[in-house]
Amino acid sequence: MTSNGALLQVEDLTKHFPVKKGILIERTVGHVKAVDGVSFEIREGETLGLVGESGSGKSTTGYCILQLLKPTSGSIRFQGVELTGLAREELRRTRRDMQIVFQDPYSSLDPRMTVGNIVAEPLEVHGIGTRRSRRETVRRLLDTVGFDPNFTNRYPHEFSGGQRQRIGIARALALNPKLIVCDEPVSALDVSIQAQILNLLKDLQRDFGLTYLFIAHDLAVVRAVSDRIAVMNRGRLVEIGDAEQVYTNPQDEYTKALLAAVPVPDPRKMKERKRERRKFAHTLAEAAESADAATLEPSQ
Amino acid sequence: MALLEVTDLRTHFFTREGVVQAVDGVDFSLERGKTLGIVGESGSGKSVTALSIMGLIPRPPARIVSGSVVFDGRDLTALSESELEDIRGKDIAMIFQDPMTSLNPTLKIGTQITEVMKRHLGVSDEEARKRAVDLLEEVHIANAADRLNDYPHRFSGGMRQRVMIAIALACNPKLLIADEPTTALDVTVQAQVLDLLEELRDSHEMAMIIITHDMGVVAEAADDIAVMYAGQIVERAGVLDLFDRPEHPYTEALLGALPQIEGEGIREGRLTAIPGRPPDLVDPPPACRFAPRCPYANRNDSCTTEPPELREIRAGHWVRSAHPASERAAHAQGAPA
Repeated sequence: MTSNGALLQVEDLTKHFPVKKGILIERTVGHVKAVDGVSFEIREGETLGLVGESGSGKSTTGYCILQLLKPTSGSIRFQGVELTGLAREELRRTRRDMQIVFQDPYSSLDPRMTVGNIVAEPLEVHGIGTRRSRRETVRRLLDTVGFDPNFTNRYPHEFSGGQRQRIGIARALALNPKLIVCDEPVSALDVSIQAQILNLLKDLQRDFGLTYLFIAHDLAVVRAVSDRIAVMNRGRLVEIGDAEQVYTNPQDEYTKALLAAVPVPDPRKMKERKRERRKFAHTLAEAAESADAATLEPSQ
Repeated sequence: MALLEVTDLRTHFFTREGVVQAVDGVDFSLERGKTLGIVGESGSGKSVTALSIMGLIPRPPARIVSGSVVFDGRDLTALSESELEDIRGKDIAMIFQDPMTSLNPTLKIGTQITEVMKRHLGVSDEEARKRAVDLLEEVHIANAADRLNDYPHRFSGGMRQRVMIAIALACNPKLLIADEPTTALDVTVQAQVLDLLEELRDSHEMAMIIITHDMGVVAEAADDIAVMYAGQIVERAGVLDLFDRPEHPYTEALLGALPQIEGEGIREGRLTAIPGRPPDLVDPPPACRFAPRCPYANRNDSCTTEPPELREIRAGHWVRSAHPASERAAHAQGAPA
C-alpha cells in the first residue's frame, strides 16, 4: 500500500489492437488505440465510476487492470506491486485480491455447473479449505448476496437475470477480494431489479470494505454508486473528479455534451435539457459519430 | 375521432406450459399527431401489444382472444391477412430495437426502401429511387444517392436505425410504432434519433407510439403515457400529470427505483427497490396483479379478491388499483388522529 491510500495506480496505460487485412497472408495495416495514455488511481474503500460510450475504451481499461488483456504499455500497480510483467504464478496469487463481475449474467456463468460449484470454483482453484468447509462458505456467500442457499444444486438457467447476477457477485466475493471490477453489472437488468443489485453492491462495500471500479454507460447508475467519476472518450480520460463536481460542474466539453444528452425521468426538466443540449450540438454530433462508428463491423 | 382506439385487447399464448396471458386488458386511444409512450419492464406485454396492433403476433401459439383495434375507422382484428398487408408499411409502420435484424443483410438498402414504395404506391423504379434519396436526406444521412447502393453492414448502429426510419416513412404512414428504438444506441446517438423522430412526427403529421423501458425517454418524447405491468395497463395519463402525481403504487415504485442524475445525497442514499419480481403470466395473481409486491395491499380489502378495473381518477388520468396515491392521501387525512 502506498502512503496516499491508493489501492490501484494506473499510469499512462495504452492498449493498441492491430488492424489486420488480407485473407491468406494477414498483415497489420495499422492500430486501433483503444486505450491511449490513461492515468488514474483508486483509493481503498472508494468507488471510481468509469463512464463512456461504445468504443471509449472503458471496458478495455478494466480488462488491462485485471491483466485479462496485456497492456501495450504503461504501469498498473496494485497494493504497490507492479502487475505488468508479473510471472504467471505471482499473478495468480495477486488475482485473489481482484475480481470481476460481468455485465451479462446469462453468458458469464457456466450453464453446465451447479450454482454451488460456480461459487466454489475460485476456492477450489486456489486450494482454500476442505470440501466440507467450502460447502459452508458457499452457503454463507449466497446468503450474503440474498440468494437462497438451498438452491446450490440448481443450474443457472433456472434463475432470472437478477438472481444470476447475485450468483456472479457471490463468486466474485469468494476469495475475499479487495478490488472488484464491475463491468456494466446492471445494464442487462430491469429497473426494479437493477435497484436491488445496486443496493446490494453498496451494502457489500460497506460490510466488507470493498473497493470498486464501476464501469458503465448509464450515467445515472454510475452516479448512484460512485465517489469519484472518470470520463473516457475515444481511448482517453477526458475528466476525472469528485462525482458531485463532475455531474454538477463538468469541465470538459465532451462531459458536458454527454450529460446534456441523458434523458431524465422528468418532463419539465427534459424541456430545459433539450434546449441545453442544443448548445452542445456540435460536440454532441461529434461524440455521436465516434460512438456510433464503434458499432460498425470491424472490417470497415 | 381518435386515429387509434384499442379496447379491452387480450392476446394470449397457448403453450404446453399453459396459457400465457401476455396482454390481458389494454385500453387506450391515440389522436392524430400525438405521441403515446408505453413503458414497462421485460415481459410486461408492451411489445406484444404493438405486435397485436400490427397483426404480427406469431399464430400459433398466440391469438387475440378478445378486444378490438380500431384504426382510422376499421377494426384491424377483423381484417384478413391480405387486407392487413395493405395497411402495414403503408398506413402503419414500425421500427424495432435492433435494426440489423430487421434489415435484410443481403439486399442493398436502396432496394429495401424502394420495394415498400413499389408494393404500396405502385410507383416506377425511377420515381421510387428519387424518393428514396429524399427520404435518406430527410433522416440526415450524408451522400444519400451513393449510400443507396450500400449493404446494411456498411452502416453503423445509429445509421441503420435512420435507414429503418426512412423505410418506415416511405409511404407517409399515419401511425409510426417504435419499439425500443434507441435502446441499442449510445446516449449521444439516442439524443439525435429522438430529436429526429420528433421532427419527423411533426413534418409528416404522424401519430407515434414509443415503446420503451426507459422513463427518461417517455418523459422526453411522449404526450401521453401508459404504464404496463404483467400484461395490463395499470396507469395512463398525460405526461406531466403522470410524473407530477403518479397514482399507481407500481408507477410510484418504478420512479423511486430509478437512479437519478441530479440531486443531493445520491451516493449515500439507497434506491427503493421493488421486492420480488413480476408474476408468471401462466398463473397470475387472481385479482390485482401487483398485489404480491404492493406495500398497500392487505387482506382486508379487495386486492386479492377482485380484479381492479382501469378507472378515471381525475380527468384524463386512469389507474388500475384499489390504493391510488390520492385516495391514500385523502384517507390518511380523514382518519382519526
